[in-house]
Amino acid sequence: MLSFLARRIAIAVPTLVLASMIIFALQQLLPGDTATALSGEERDPEVIAFIREKYHLDRPLPVRYLLWAKGVLQGDLGESIRLQKPVIDLVAEKLPVTLQLACLAMVIALVIGVPMGIVSAVRQGTTADYVANGIALWGLSIPNFWLGIMMILFFSVYLGWLPASGYVPPSESLIDNLKAMIMPAFVLGNAIAAVMMRHTRAAMLQVLQSDYVRTARAKGVSPLGVILRHCLRNAAVPIITLGALEFGQLLSGAVLTEQIFSVPGFGKLMVDAVFNRDYATVQGVVICTATTYIVLNLMADVAYFLVNPKLRRS
Amino acid sequence: MSGAEAAPATVTAARSAPVAAEPGPLREIWFRLRARPSAVVGLVIVLALVGMAVFADWIAPYDPSATNWGAVRTAPSLAHPFGTDEVGRDLLSRIIHGARASLAAGLTSVALAVTLGLPLGLLAGYAGGVIDGAIMRLTDALLAIPFLILAIALAAFLGPSLTNAMVAIGLSATSIFVRLSRAQVQAITAEEFIEAARAVGNPPWRIALRHILPNIVPAILVQATLTIAAAIIAEASLSFLGLGQQPPAPSWGSMLNVAKNFLDQAPWMAIWPGVSIFLAVLSFNLLGDGLRDALDPRQRN
Repeated sequence: MLSFLARRIAIAVPTLVLASMIIFALQQLLPGDTATALSGEERDPEVIAFIREKYHLDRPLPVRYLLWAKGVLQGDLGESIRLQKPVIDLVAEKLPVTLQLACLAMVIALVIGVPMGIVSAVRQGTTADYVANGIALWGLSIPNFWLGIMMILFFSVYLGWLPASGYVPPSESLIDNLKAMIMPAFVLGNAIAAVMMRHTRAAMLQVLQSDYVRTARAKGVSPLGVILRHCLRNAAVPIITLGALEFGQLLSGAVLTEQIFSVPGFGKLMVDAVFNRDYATVQGVVICTATTYIVLNLMADVAYFLVNPKLRRS
Repeated sequence: MSGAEAAPATVTAARSAPVAAEPGPLREIWFRLRARPSAVVGLVIVLALVGMAVFADWIAPYDPSATNWGAVRTAPSLAHPFGTDEVGRDLLSRIIHGARASLAAGLTSVALAVTLGLPLGLLAGYAGGVIDGAIMRLTDALLAIPFLILAIALAAFLGPSLTNAMVAIGLSATSIFVRLSRAQVQAITAEEFIEAARAVGNPPWRIALRHILPNIVPAILVQATLTIAAAIIAEASLSFLGLGQQPPAPSWGSMLNVAKNFLDQAPWMAIWPGVSIFLAVLSFNLLGDGLRDALDPRQRN
């Protein structure tokens, strides 16, 4: 167990370091003088001097990286030049909104994707299977920002049931919060639902062919009992671990969804930062995303290891 | 494809590419593809889109950039089947020309990703050891940054343009091909015909290029087709955010970005660009799924 954990961490750490190098190196892509480019639109000499100082731009690149990485490790993600605030504060402020959105989306994805996957695996090759696969293909092919626009068109403009935008914090009014979040959450969950359906279907198909399922059937366990007690339990492991890997997809999707529905989260922070040439914020958001992704991956691996006794023994 | 001529004639077991060496591989693929209606539908839509992009100048009824202040945001009619936009441009013509940006982005970025990813994956899978470790850590690091987020960050630092969007999408997708080709190489290296090729004294580069590469082409082709679908969505997303194709050049994503502001007055502006993106992505997904079934039966379930 310990050696497995150690090996996993031994892989995760260099990955994280390399990812941080890539994110740091993004700065080098800026055309012209880095300090001038980083200062944004205003070109204030005072700001440029501050940036030159802050990012140690007179030092060689590797030294600059180390100084920057040291800051990141201490929670200093840099300073948003435009908002005059530390990036870490901005991230901490916006993250809960995106987390709520992501959790709602994941619930929607599970509620739609898993039952659909079970049905299509159990009824493999029937009309139900084709319909479920068709829906999954639809979910994977529809651009989620367009789905968002169409939902606004239908539910907000045409029917007038739901607000097209306007985020309300849950502390203010939970009902209004959910009203504002349900469309973005569905749009975000839609694509993940398709992926979950495919994972569930594949995992279930594999389990359905196993000997213990045949034995359970032969013993006279009811068909539903076989599916729920014997198959789903075993299929749940790959479904959950693969689901954790969809986190990146969820965050990518959140960037667009938040933009359409004006949800003030992580993704909107990033897009606004891109347009305001607020590069420190862009870097900060990306490094937080990468860190979360790597940590989640590690946790998924460990969870997979813990729930699978076969792996533990070897 | 006859690696057998170059290899010593006695070594029939080491002949390259059992799949590709059969007579008429393209015919074979076509026959297998044709048996799947959904793949044929995908192929037909793909070809239609390519035709639309290539012949846009001849098909489009109007100049896609010609504004007409006398016909601003007019509903679909005989003169303008898809209606007009906020400055009176014909939407049908813009949709037809928009196919160029989408297909160019899809094809170019995936070509870039394969060009970079395939050699790296071959090297990692075949060389193993430290080289493998280094390449894989780099790939993991790139994969840790979600596709679209990396593309947005790259586009932000490179500056917004269609070319930069294509570079950003291509770089973000590279790791997919490194991983895939590495895994394929490792699986094939374990096969007996590689052992045989090595036993008769083929140098490593020849084994990699003559015996391994042809065998991993099907899997790469399938993945490339599916990645084109993802790249088209990514280009539309970047253009939607204003980081891809710059106005006034038409792109489905940027058309949606504008349409979003006129939803209650001109809903038709939002419908057709989205339908186009959906059809383009769907067709590449259908074709990719069909190719997988036809080329790579092991991955089917």
